Amino acid sequence: MAAPLVLVLVVAVTVRAALFRSSLAEFISERVEVVSPLSSWKRVVEGLSLLDLGVSPYSGAVFHETPLIIYLFHFLIDYAELVFMITDALTAIALYFAIQDFNKVVFKKQKLLLELDQYAPDVAELIRTPMEMRYIPLKVALFYLLNPYTILSCVAKSTCAINNTLIAFFILTTIKGSAFLSAIFLALATYQSLYPLTLFVPGLLYLLQTRHINPNSAAAVHTCENEEQSLLDLFLGVCHDVCGKPSGNHLPLLLPSQLLGFHPRSLWLYINVFFYTIPLAIKLKEHPIFFMFIQIAVIAIFKSYPTVGDVALYMAFFPVWNHLYRFLRNIFVLTCIIIVCSLLFPVLWHLWIYAGSANSNFFYAITLTFNVGQILLISDYFYAFLRREYYLTHGLYLTAKDGTEAMLVLK
Amino acid sequence: MGLLSDPVRRRALARLVLRLNAPLCVLSYVAGIAWFLALVFPPLTQRTYMSENAMGSTMVEEQFAGGDRARAFARDFAAHRKKSGALPVAWLERTMRSVGLEVYTQSFSRKLPFPDETHERYMVSGTNVYGILRAPRAASTESLVLTVPCGSDSTNSQAVGLLLALAAHFRGQIYWAKDIVFLVTEHDLLGTEAWLEAYHDVNVTGMQSSPLQGRAGAIQAAVALELSSDVVTSLDVAVEGLNGQLPNLDLLNLFQTFCQKGGLLCTLQGKGLQTLLLMVLRQASGRPHGSHGLFLRYRVEALTLRGINSFRQYKYDLVAVGKALEGMFRKLNHLLERLHQSFFLYLLPGLSRFVSIGLYMPAVGFLLLVLGLKALELWMQLHEAGMGLEEPGGAPGPSVPLPPSQAMGLALYVLPVLGQHVATQHFPVAEAEAVVLTLLAIYAAGLALPHNTHRVVSTQAPDRGWMALKLVALIYLALQLGCIALTNFSLGFLLATTMVPTAALAKPHGPRTLYAALLVLTSPAATLLGSLFLWRELQEAPLSLAEGWQLFLAALAQGVLEHHTYGALLFPLLSLGLYPCWLLFWNVLFWK
Repeated sequence: MAAPLVLVLVVAVTVRAALFRSSLAEFISERVEVVSPLSSWKRVVEGLSLLDLGVSPYSGAVFHETPLIIYLFHFLIDYAELVFMITDALTAIALYFAIQDFNKVVFKKQKLLLELDQYAPDVAELIRTPMEMRYIPLKVALFYLLNPYTILSCVAKSTCAINNTLIAFFILTTIKGSAFLSAIFLALATYQSLYPLTLFVPGLLYLLQTRHINPNSAAAVHTCENEEQSLLDLFLGVCHDVCGKPSGNHLPLLLPSQLLGFHPRSLWLYINVFFYTIPLAIKLKEHPIFFMFIQIAVIAIFKSYPTVGDVALYMAFFPVWNHLYRFLRNIFVLTCIIIVCSLLFPVLWHLWIYAGSANSNFFYAITLTFNVGQILLISDYFYAFLRREYYLTHGLYLTAKDGTEAMLVLK
Repeated sequence: MGLLSDPVRRRALARLVLRLNAPLCVLSYVAGIAWFLALVFPPLTQRTYMSENAMGSTMVEEQFAGGDRARAFARDFAAHRKKSGALPVAWLERTMRSVGLEVYTQSFSRKLPFPDETHERYMVSGTNVYGILRAPRAASTESLVLTVPCGSDSTNSQAVGLLLALAAHFRGQIYWAKDIVFLVTEHDLLGTEAWLEAYHDVNVTGMQSSPLQGRAGAIQAAVALELSSDVVTSLDVAVEGLNGQLPNLDLLNLFQTFCQKGGLLCTLQGKGLQTLLLMVLRQASGRPHGSHGLFLRYRVEALTLRGINSFRQYKYDLVAVGKALEGMFRKLNHLLERLHQSFFLYLLPGLSRFVSIGLYMPAVGFLLLVLGLKALELWMQLHEAGMGLEEPGGAPGPSVPLPPSQAMGLALYVLPVLGQHVATQHFPVAEAEAVVLTLLAIYAAGLALPHNTHRVVSTQAPDRGWMALKLVALIYLALQLGCIALTNFSLGFLLATTMVPTAALAKPHGPRTLYAALLVLTSPAATLLGSLFLWRELQEAPLSLAEGWQLFLAALAQGVLEHHTYGALLFPLLSLGLYPCWLLFWNVLFWK
């Protein structure tokens, strides 16, 4: 399977290189949907030049990146385009191997449940076969690399791509079963933006399950949790020593409250990301990778400065849930909504800023519609997943008590 | 749990959409057209009113009396111009300086992508001359512009004379709070574009121009003047600008107020529905109908005033025009901020009536609803048949015509200008003709596409493959028309009227020749041809077929030129966006 992956990588790199050299690169790097104040390349350059002048990059509230990013680009500023192309390639490769291993786990689990007779007798068409799952890792890599959102983020040199790489490696190491490495990558991702902290829970659940420990066992949970928590603390401590700045300076800086001129009510919106973790953990404790997918989507929707790069990460997972297609109910309307909103972003921006006729309400209405579309999409996938699980255990052709065909309704 | 998730209600809705689809589509289309036509009637239109307070409540007394001086200047200018053959730069500089302005010149040059047959130019170079009247007690932060475009075909000498006389009059007043720039451009629109680009320090169109030596602050408003004779019977106003952009309605209201005050007859071509249709056609063409069209891109509200000398009884001399302009500039002088109170997007069924965007947008909404309904119906039919695309990529069949169609569009955009030299070597035609003929050739070559793609489509592609292709094409068309209608309503509406019904009807079964003929008649090029005939018909100068064809070829050449010289978007939109989409429907029609 290596050859098709290499081909996909070559095509992706060519597309990105072509766009980097074209006149569109500058236009894209200023688009609000692609770069945010937290991930803009211009601000990274600003921070680096401030550092060169001997001024603290954090004075002036322009630079919001982490010190590690400064150190990374201090040496690689001349090869920035190459760095971003490599990060995209690394993300795709990480996702490829992660999903490859995940498919094996899924198949093993399915076999186990079949042998234990956990499935109803008439669900033959819902059982997944290795044949249909063969091309999924390649499709995941394809979906990530050739997604227009990813290409735009790469051409704009948004640091969101680096965050995506770290999360992808976190997923890879979690699926491979290495708690130590996954903790390191999670710590790095959380260090850059606070939200990946919520991925701690699904990661923990997955690691526990692969060690065949009952997740309800409190003691086992605690040891694993402690391991990860201590690694997280250790890492943050190491970071703050290395960077020589009191950690109070940059971690609170990364909190949205400080960035936006803190308003008490707006805090609830950002905490939204963390609200969903516990209910999802309760409902999806048997399926931690799906939980991780939903959590990444929730982060992309509810984070304070969402960009299309975050959307691209969870969109890459759609081929993994291909088998849910028949249970998705609104996929047509939702795809149309998302495409229309993506196209209307630049049109309404032009009307607002250049034609002077629309105003910010139009533009923000479209961002709201885009978010509503994403929320409906995620809830559709969630519903489809649950529905499939229900059918697997209760049989595909449901009959009511009097023998007529029954319908499954979500209450 | 709501419409989207309740299975019972979903099934009812699905049945409704499938069964009543055709009547709903027809009803929606008719409603859209009827809505648009109804925009002419008084209950739906509003009288124009001045929204900007700063321009409304002040009284001005016009004192311009320099009619003789204007005529003298005009005679001198015409004489010098005839002598030198181009703009008499030295004379203009001298005269402006004698009137009391700060005078600067700017030279520019541009090599057009291919020779312009209508204006007979290829390598254009010229000089703009402008004089700045500095406001006596202000800080030169804002300015107004009075511009007179001088081209080789329209000498516009009376306008230059009036400009100079007005400058002399304005120089003697103390109430100016903004600088006034009196601009005379050569090669009309090209000179104006060069000046604007240099003024705002950008390079959008590849014009080479010398940098400006003197500036006057942010331009708040501009008026372009075109006069062809000493006396006028009416003043015509042009509002449509580049890519269908319109100035703020307040500027038009201002002009109308002063015409009424001075008893000057101001007109907008046509009456009632005729005016509305003419405005729609002008806005849809995306051409700058006057120098003002280029100012709008820089967020400067601008109008063009044209003096018409027709066979009416009462004639006005230059003093009346001068007084109207003086009044307008004095009122504009009172502005505290840029014009933003009134509408930016409107339609004019008459000079004193307008239709705002909230009222005319539903017309195009109804038309696009037809596409949405058809797409929904196709999706449900595909889902029922069980062919539901497993992944968005789908079977190879439906998506095969997509890349070739887009490639044809790209060829249509790039090849004519690139290949003009090759064409002139092999065929005995001039460059402009070569460009136009290449355009038509590539356009017609696209019609042969279905024969070629059939070899690639596998024989396994089910009969339903065309439905998936049509679904994608319908969504593509709806998206494009929606985006176009938001920025340029007239273009979106015009294209929707012609393309929507045939797009909805296209299918491989049924009377294929009839559908093919319909599809060709509503293709983007045919729409352009038809609208040219309609435009001349509305101006009461109907065309014969041969003349129409010549005008069509000239319009094609102008369209390509304007894209390269001013950045007009009609040509790229049609070639890169709508033509590939139309080809997809053509492929659906000829699906085997």
